[in-house]
Amino acid sequence: MNFDFSDEQKQLRDTARKFLAEKCPPKAVRAVIEGSAPYDRELWKGLAEMGFLGVAIPESYGGTGAGHLELCVIAEEMGRALAPVPFSSTVYLAAEALLIAGSEAQKQKWLPLIASGEAIGTLALFEGRGNPSPQSIKLAASNGALDGTKKPVPDAAIADFAVVAARTGSSGRDTDISLFLVDMKADGVAAKALGNIDPSHGQAEIVFKNCKAEPLGSAGEGWSIVAQVLDRAAVLLAFEQVGGADRALEMGRDYALDRIAFGRPIGSFQAIKHMLADMYVSATLARSNCYYGAWALSTNAGELPEAAAAARISATQAFQHCAKNNIQVHGGMGFTWEFDCHLYYRRANATALSLGSLSYWEDALIDRMRKRNAA
Amino acid sequence: MNFDDTPQEAEFRAKAKAWISANAPRQYEEELKQSSLGRAVLKGANFLDVAKAWQKKKADAGWACLHWPKDYGGRGASPIERVIWQQEEGAFGKLSFAFIIGHGMCGPTMMAYASEEHKRRYLPPLAAGEEIWCQLFSEPAGGSDVAGLRTRAEKRGDDWVINGQKIWTSGAHYSDYGILLTRTDPAVPKHKGLTMFFLSMKSPGIEIRPIKQANGNSDFNEVYFTDVKIPDSQRLGAVNDGWNVSLTTLMNERMSIGAGIATGFPELFEFCSNLMLEEGPAIEDRGVRARLAYWAVRASGLKYTNMRAISALSRGERPGPENSIGKLVAGSMIQDISAYALDLQGAAGVLSGSENAEAAGKFQAMLLRAPGTRIEGGTDEIMRNIIAERVLGLPGDIRVDKDIPFNQIPTKGRS
Repeated sequence: MNFDFSDEQKQLRDTARKFLAEKCPPKAVRAVIEGSAPYDRELWKGLAEMGFLGVAIPESYGGTGAGHLELCVIAEEMGRALAPVPFSSTVYLAAEALLIAGSEAQKQKWLPLIASGEAIGTLALFEGRGNPSPQSIKLAASNGALDGTKKPVPDAAIADFAVVAARTGSSGRDTDISLFLVDMKADGVAAKALGNIDPSHGQAEIVFKNCKAEPLGSAGEGWSIVAQVLDRAAVLLAFEQVGGADRALEMGRDYALDRIAFGRPIGSFQAIKHMLADMYVSATLARSNCYYGAWALSTNAGELPEAAAAARISATQAFQHCAKNNIQVHGGMGFTWEFDCHLYYRRANATALSLGSLSYWEDALIDRMRKRNAA
Repeated sequence: MNFDDTPQEAEFRAKAKAWISANAPRQYEEELKQSSLGRAVLKGANFLDVAKAWQKKKADAGWACLHWPKDYGGRGASPIERVIWQQEEGAFGKLSFAFIIGHGMCGPTMMAYASEEHKRRYLPPLAAGEEIWCQLFSEPAGGSDVAGLRTRAEKRGDDWVINGQKIWTSGAHYSDYGILLTRTDPAVPKHKGLTMFFLSMKSPGIEIRPIKQANGNSDFNEVYFTDVKIPDSQRLGAVNDGWNVSLTTLMNERMSIGAGIATGFPELFEFCSNLMLEEGPAIEDRGVRARLAYWAVRASGLKYTNMRAISALSRGERPGPENSIGKLVAGSMIQDISAYALDLQGAAGVLSGSENAEAAGKFQAMLLRAPGTRIEGGTDEIMRNIIAERVLGLPGDIRVDKDIPFNQIPTKGRS
């Protein structure tokens, strides 16, 4: 048994960590949060040059064709560095949707542009409050034209294309939903950036008015494709969350070693030690669940839906837990704008909601466990 | 990343599987499988007799204490082979309950510190389950602070004379031998005046009294020593070096990778899958699902953390520190899960016993046993200290008694 990443994959992790430490220090995250640019263009270009954007895209479509385990490794490092680029929307959502359901022409057109950093993509799924469900999709598609509003859509204001879930039927079944691919420069589509709790990633509203769109995948298969994309993205985002949780834990540990109060390092007080020990427990449980998710993702195993839900829940809990208690360990300084703790707190709470919130995945996990037990 | 055996591992697994299927006491398999929490009980058979017979059979065929050298009753197997054996032994591994302390703690301590003659005399019957060993460390005045123990050993001629009291000794009443940590010099700081021995539990002057626990059962004992004689040849390690010897014992225990730790989750999931509430099946209730999911990912997180450690063994490496979280996570889970299972039963959750209570009263029994799981073998607080200090590198606790002679350490709080 080797339930671990290979030596080559660990080397890739070191390379990615070194690259991001240099190109994406907290200063770079702050530049985006403080509003001077919607994302870090230089970093995005660098990620393309490193081959990180196309790591799971086959060579025939301009990627490196390394695979999804390699993408998991990079995702963890992206989360650790809070990289302020549209990586998750482009690589986990748009590219995965194209790989699962795109026509040959669609894949030929968009995947090489993703790998080279020339195209940003996203998935337009949500329409206001609520979690993913076919019933919540009201945006209508008739005769190949879309009408309606999507929000929040990650990175939509900077996207070149969007995969859009639309209603093409009214039978009340999952098959009422179809997917469309929209060029964001097309007529009848307008995106507007919205304020959000983690401005290191953009959120936007897209309004479609008689917008011509090409189908992605067969009519009526939209929901089944969305479900697959969400499971795959859940594993990848969980790795980002684990990377963030680990970094928050490290920050808390380092501060506890350096900060003196009552004549001793605060890390010598059990109240602080035990808080950090519990953070380590959360982060370790999440990492192990993520490894199982990575195995299921990379082998396309039948266990993927259950493994993805478990990884997603565990990593969401761990990142939220570590980010909030990192601030607590820092005390008053942790609540200043100047210290980086809030950057992790913002990211932890924002990623907890993308792809559907915790309660959605809890529900999904129990459904999937029941299905397995019944089988 | 894969879950596959290497060719050598596959060959070993096939051999183990074949031997187990030809030799295991199949008639007890179902009962052993059912008894996933706490101590197994076999109807119509004495548990210890069945356990000893299975252990002896394994030893005769070279399947006992796999990681021990052959000369001392083991197989000289690699750590990963030991794990594969545990996986294949499955429910029959529960029969090893009475041998865990002897094999996991006493044996390795003897291996490190006993004379060659003693090792050849005592280790093979310990491996074969013919002689059972217990560990006599904890005292009323020294639980988490085990170095605060007060049982005295005084030298008289070639013998040592022991007076004092031990507590929480598992299996003392059916043990043949024990390893014993004593105080030999009370005038030096506490860690520097301890000495380790082994002794026969049938020695004159030993009195064993079962402890009636908070849940009404008796899994542990108090052991009283009145002028018990131990020859100096049964000393393990140097005089006053007992603390270092005890660290060997405890370290060995922490290095062992278990075949999985009880959390109560599979039992709760099954219970909720079959339970009808007024509004419908419990498992379809939103609140129930949220709680189940919370525990599900803790249970799977422990399972895959264990797999990561096994993978390290398979590569011939020492497992990382991840496995230190197991006991801490599982202890609270059992307690919280059992309380929640009673909550789901409403007013009837108060009933206990196999006849009147839901699920044969297993959650009620679990609830009452649970406080002990968070204390025995290192309290939750000690486990957090271990993670904080050894994994995260945080400073050790400030120990106000570290450098003062043991006999000057205060023994009362408010006075």
